[in-house]
Amino acid sequence: MQNKDILINILRFIILILLQVFILNNINFLGFINPYLYIFFILIFPFNGNKALLIFLSFLLGLCIDFFGDSGGIHAAASVFIAYIRPAFLKFSFGVSYEHDSIKLGKSDFIKRFIYIALMVIIHHVILFSLEIFNTDHILLILKSTLFSSIFSIVLLVTTMSLFSRKS
Amino acid sequence: MQQILFFFIRNKNFLLFCVLFLVSIGLTIQSHSYHKNKFITSANFLSGGLYSFKSDFTGYFNLRSENNQLIEENIRMREELEFFKKNSFLTELDSSSTLSKYYYTPARVINNSFSKTKNKITIDEGSKKSIELDMGVITSKGIVGIINNTSKNYATIQSILNTNSQINAKLKSTDHFGSLVWNTNDPNIVQLEEIPRLAPLVIGDTIVTGGRSTIFPEGILIGTIKDFKLLADESSYTLNIKLFNDMTNLSHVYIIQNKEREEIKLVEEGETDAE
Repeated sequence: MQNKDILINILRFIILILLQVFILNNINFLGFINPYLYIFFILIFPFNGNKALLIFLSFLLGLCIDFFGDSGGIHAAASVFIAYIRPAFLKFSFGVSYEHDSIKLGKSDFIKRFIYIALMVIIHHVILFSLEIFNTDHILLILKSTLFSSIFSIVLLVTTMSLFSRKS
Repeated sequence: MQQILFFFIRNKNFLLFCVLFLVSIGLTIQSHSYHKNKFITSANFLSGGLYSFKSDFTGYFNLRSENNQLIEENIRMREELEFFKKNSFLTELDSSSTLSKYYYTPARVINNSFSKTKNKITIDEGSKKSIELDMGVITSKGIVGIINNTSKNYATIQSILNTNSQINAKLKSTDHFGSLVWNTNDPNIVQLEEIPRLAPLVIGDTIVTGGRSTIFPEGILIGTIKDFKLLADESSYTLNIKLFNDMTNLSHVYIIQNKEREEIKLVEEGETDAE
């Protein structure tokens, strides 16, 4: 990574945490639906970047969100998981050669991009809400929270991504 | 040896993932048991500081409703005072005997959650003001929760909107006891369980704290009965309680310190030792 890339990623890391903690965690749409935009960092981390570094940074990112939300390690667990599984999803959505082509996410096909985002968000939210609720009696609540929050997160992430790609 | 080293190098991502994932699962499990969550808490220097910085700004938005609430409380206390003045023929000159056995410490809510299943509230007073674990927290309208973590300047409260929470409560009119829990559906409705079948229930009756623990004094307001149903085995009622407090809009709370708590604890511990 270039110096500029490192700086951009650090800034993105901090801004996403602050945005998530102070604004998005307080939306509570219909009483319980919050979007989780902070995984944007994991989604657009350079595709050819160091994988071990991404896993570690995702852990830190999740842990910071947990600190603010008093939630144990649920965000850390979900983030680490999607960071580890990311190469598989990239391969699934963009084809085997994603790493060599160095595709720009913003310039890729909309459908491919959408599948990639949706897969990552749904896996993240399933782990997040299963760990948060942690009770098989409330399995319906887990599914309900996952479904509604996923829709909200996916919409927000797709919008954010198109906003940023247009600028560059 | 070389084989083992190669194995580690080849699978370093997977191993890193396993370690970090297990650490976070461990932290999660720890946070699900009351009092054990020592590491991941917003009552620390950084997040506590940032939250109180934020509430310095957002606090201005509800100053008006906050003032109205204080005026209401003042009026109510004034009326109660008049009532006591009228009814006490023996004016106590010895001030020490009239002092209450509870101290109240005011604090400001700097972070509040109510959309999760295990909700916590962060306040801007901590062990510096001798706030400790297991102290009760109320507002002028009713109960809020119990302190479950403290740092020097901040503390977190386990809200009554938390599936781990269980508080002793009773019917104000007939003194039938039950325990207060939350079924995660609505942040303004909590459930009172194990009310005996004989209890005469009327919709709209007041529920107050029971005073069977050292945490809350007896008679702190909780809410009114919204509806009730008999359990399948017809042994007891489960009541839906509409809270007096709006848990989604808390800004100032009082922490209750029981002066006699140490003594009660000492007596109770002595009892178990003797057995």
